[in-house]
Amino acid sequence: MQNANLRMKSAASQVTTILVTLLGLLVLTFVIGRMMPADPVRAMVGEDATRETYEMVYHQLGLDRPIWEQFLRYLGDVVTGDFGTSIRTGQPVMQDILHALPATIELATFAILIGAGLGIPLGVTAAVNKDRWPDHIIRVFSLFGHSMPIFWTGMIALIVFYAHLGWVGGSGRMEQFYIGMVDERTGFLLIDSLLAGEPDVFWSAINHLILPAALLGYSSSAYITRMTRSFMLDQLGQEYMTTARVKGLSRGQTIWLHAFGNIRVQLVTIIALAYGSLLEGAVLIETVFAWPGFGQYLTNNLITGDMNAVMTCVLIVGVIFIALNLLSDLLYRTFDPRTK
Amino acid sequence: MTVKDTDMPRVSSGMPTSLIAMRNILAYLMRSPTSAFGVIALGLLILIAAFAPLIATHDPYAQDLVNTLQPPSAAHFFGTDELGRDIFSRLVWGSRISLTIIFLVSIIVGPLGMIVGTTAGYMGGRLDTVMMRVTDIFLSFPSLILSLAFVAALGPSLNNAIIAIALTAWPPIARLARAETMTLRQADYIAAARLQGASSLRIIVKSIAPMCLPSVLIRLTLNMATVILTAAGLGFLGLGAQPPLPEWGAMIATGRRYMIDSWWLVTFPGLAILTVSLAFNLLGDGLRDALDPKQMNRR
Repeated sequence: MQNANLRMKSAASQVTTILVTLLGLLVLTFVIGRMMPADPVRAMVGEDATRETYEMVYHQLGLDRPIWEQFLRYLGDVVTGDFGTSIRTGQPVMQDILHALPATIELATFAILIGAGLGIPLGVTAAVNKDRWPDHIIRVFSLFGHSMPIFWTGMIALIVFYAHLGWVGGSGRMEQFYIGMVDERTGFLLIDSLLAGEPDVFWSAINHLILPAALLGYSSSAYITRMTRSFMLDQLGQEYMTTARVKGLSRGQTIWLHAFGNIRVQLVTIIALAYGSLLEGAVLIETVFAWPGFGQYLTNNLITGDMNAVMTCVLIVGVIFIALNLLSDLLYRTFDPRTK
Repeated sequence: MTVKDTDMPRVSSGMPTSLIAMRNILAYLMRSPTSAFGVIALGLLILIAAFAPLIATHDPYAQDLVNTLQPPSAAHFFGTDELGRDIFSRLVWGSRISLTIIFLVSIIVGPLGMIVGTTAGYMGGRLDTVMMRVTDIFLSFPSLILSLAFVAALGPSLNNAIIAIALTAWPPIARLARAETMTLRQADYIAAARLQGASSLRIIVKSIAPMCLPSVLIRLTLNMATVILTAAGLGFLGLGAQPPLPEWGAMIATGRRYMIDSWWLVTFPGLAILTVSLAFNLLGDGLRDALDPKQMNRR
């Protein structure tokens, strides 16, 4: 009974924390939006507008109201799902973003699969061989991935694997030739092409996806490797490991069944967080690979100074981050028996 | 047995303890080849920046429209760019920009993080909650995205990029300083200072801040690789240093148009960024080991 009460209380405080953080996010994006040197009214009415038109739009936008009133208005708009219209595309910002997001999710999902597939075995190997040469090599390899400017690695990879070797497709999500051949149903090209029964488009998409996803995955594997190594070191130092060996289990069994089994929950939370930080790399890699996703949408709007769109993008990244944090927290609570 | 001051082991007299500690840490770092690489590469960076006029073979801004897009040769070690400028010399001068970014970001982020962290940690209560909530909000963005937003609002330039990076880099420092302060708050010497009538401000500045300084400095070093990469990314997106400044990220951005035929335009600036950020990461990795007491005992 008391336990249930406690849990209710902690859930309530968590909800409050999230709401406060969300409100803070909105304040931040609002403030950044107001800081801009560009005049939003001028951008809308054009250079030649008369003073009357200017005043009218100025009034319509509510810019003559006190700042807190403007903020409440912004808050109201966001709550009702109105994020404004993009000046560049003339479409509602949210619609643009929802259109661009699947391409990024497709990229990031492949990247995290590669990152985790690379990072976890490397981390375990490094931990098992602590301070011996595999550990050192893995450390340098993963720090390398963490240190490379990903936009540059992307270009070098394009020069080598696309221009010289011709192993992979170039920029974009598929060959120019295929664009428009597949109806957009989910926005995920791999799924759409299969639904449409177009294996050629599917393979073209894979061919274009593999290079940017591999680079993003490599850069995120650094974090996953480091965390896996440190979690494993914690486990390997425990006495139950010795007990298991004394009982006659093989070294491989103790490592993979006992120690690794215990860190799975922690790993899931780490991977959820790594997925969020992939968004950052996606902004740069999408620019290099002309990938029509969220990152490219954001940078295009940055360059044209379309603040409505920029602020909404930033807000969405913030919300995704909070959601992933929450998710990793929930996963931890659900799967770790100690938190019950 | 009573331990008197004279019983304490004296390593060497005449040298302040902080200097001895520095020397020991450096000696430890040089023992491992990876962190030694970090120390040497960063030392070289500082030397190159300091003696840039002597090392550079050409004027970094001098255009030579007869010799555009020349491959690397004896006359131009790293080739020339689309305006015939010597890439090697531009990289050498660009090291000054990188060091400026590192220096300015550090002197903004360090004090800002310290002020927020120590105040929140020492005062506690509602002020602490509010300040940490604000910190969490900043932490809930990937640093590049938030810097992008700030630069978009402030307008693209090198100075604004530095401000934007600094605005996104302080939260981890604040968290660290707060955690340190929380452990110090109950210490006897703080209580003694309070009994003597010292104000909160005085205690924070005189008694707490100096104790937080070493770990803050280390954390700053650990963050520098990210700062370098974010600055380069902003430069690449055209939101940081503006041409003709020889900033490495911006050089890659302009070289991008010619990259298929003239690989040297993007390759060398990228290698420079990679080397510096790798050096910081390796140094940070070594520092973490050197200062981790758990690791020390195991050795």
